[in-house]
Amino acid sequence: MSGAYFQRDRDWHPPALTPGYKTSVLRAPRQALLSMPTTPSEETGPVFGHDVLGPLDNDLIRNFAKDGGEAIGQRIVVYGRVLDENARPVAGALVEFWQANAGGRYRHKKESYLAAIDPNFGGCGRAITDAEGRYAFRTVKPGAYPWPNGVNDWRPAHIHFSVFGHAFAQRLITQMYFEGDPMIWQCPIVKTIPDPAAIERLVAALDRHETIPMDSLAYKFDIVLRGRRSTLFENRMEGN
Amino acid sequence: MVQRLDYLKESPSQTAGPYVHIGTNPNWVEITGVWKDDLGLVLVGPETVGERILVEGRIIDGSGALVRDALVEIWQADAAGLHNSPTETRGTADPAFAGWARQPVSDADGLFRFETIRPGRVPFSGGGLQAPHVTVWIVARGINLGLHTRLYFGDEAEANSVDPLLNRIPDPVRRATLVAPRTERDGMPVFTFDIRLQGDGETVFLDM
Ligand SMILES: [Fe+3]
Repeated sequence: MSGAYFQRDRDWHPPALTPGYKTSVLRAPRQALLSMPTTPSEETGPVFGHDVLGPLDNDLIRNFAKDGGEAIGQRIVVYGRVLDENARPVAGALVEFWQANAGGRYRHKKESYLAAIDPNFGGCGRAITDAEGRYAFRTVKPGAYPWPNGVNDWRPAHIHFSVFGHAFAQRLITQMYFEGDPMIWQCPIVKTIPDPAAIERLVAALDRHETIPMDSLAYKFDIVLRGRRSTLFENRMEGN
Repeated sequence: MVQRLDYLKESPSQTAGPYVHIGTNPNWVEITGVWKDDLGLVLVGPETVGERILVEGRIIDGSGALVRDALVEIWQADAAGLHNSPTETRGTADPAFAGWARQPVSDADGLFRFETIRPGRVPFSGGGLQAPHVTVWIVARGINLGLHTRLYFGDEAEANSVDPLLNRIPDPVRRATLVAPRTERDGMPVFTFDIRLQGDGETVFLDM
């Protein structure tokens, strides 16, 4: 048996109530959370085999395109590793991602932004990390879009990520931003994160070494999930 | 100076936003042909061991309005109290029961509904048994960090009375927010678990 998961640093994550992001006001719990150690119910989690993946699941340029078409926009590769707080790779993690198209428009029936729908872009993909915790996918860079919050609020270009680690306690949803985007620092959702150093952890670096010549730019985005305590066994710490 | 502890910091959370289902349930939002079936729709098959039950509920915000853009995931033990997970160390779980499911909250009635089985009892950290429970996790627009809670069963009064987590909640009104009352429909037990995000009857959420 290994130990419990590290306590979540709730000063590092955004608090529940963030009035600058107005929807949080009625959806934020106001009572204190109930603290408890993780138990086997949280220290275990579902596992997804590579057999759930189709060949185009991590290719958003082509996975919704019709008749050999391709999505319109700046072609990018996003890659990185899923690690835990002990800096160990998380193998077999299911990483799901979704995003707006190059014009900033989501393919969703509730979406009303006037930017055009791209008939060849669905906006979803997924990957499972390898033994070193690596994942990669190909897509187009999403556009910034306006949203109803303040009278003139815009989201910076971003890709949403959902990650399953080895334990339900590690379950995480977050967003990836793009290096050099001045829109990041004005966004009310980004600013729910109190510490600028934490925000920077969500900004993917443009990686000129991994660009595909004459094809795609590359952005590197590592994701860190909660780590797990070791247990003292005979004369050593083990269990991770 | 001291030696450095080279721990990494967890990636900070961001809201799942209004369109989380594009990523998790694309077929449900009519993005078809990318992959065949959305993950986590079916928990129970004919081979699954255990008592069939229905778990359903709504998510209600601080103004009493239904939240209709959420994603709900559940994770639970099988009928013998084992998890279908490589990190399960106590034995081998029922291979016909994944233990994990997720559902978008329905636009029409704001309901989530899982057909599952009654889980067995799982040990607590440090000893003793927990009452049967289902781990519940919800995300939505306006929720900055996914909310963990637990469903306990209204017809398990004896086990609930000695559950180490429930017994950390001294206020009976708050404690009751985690216990889903039982009704029956077509001969099947139905446990109703309404999640109140804020205000009167606010559900107990967990920091674990
Ligand atoms: Fe978005």
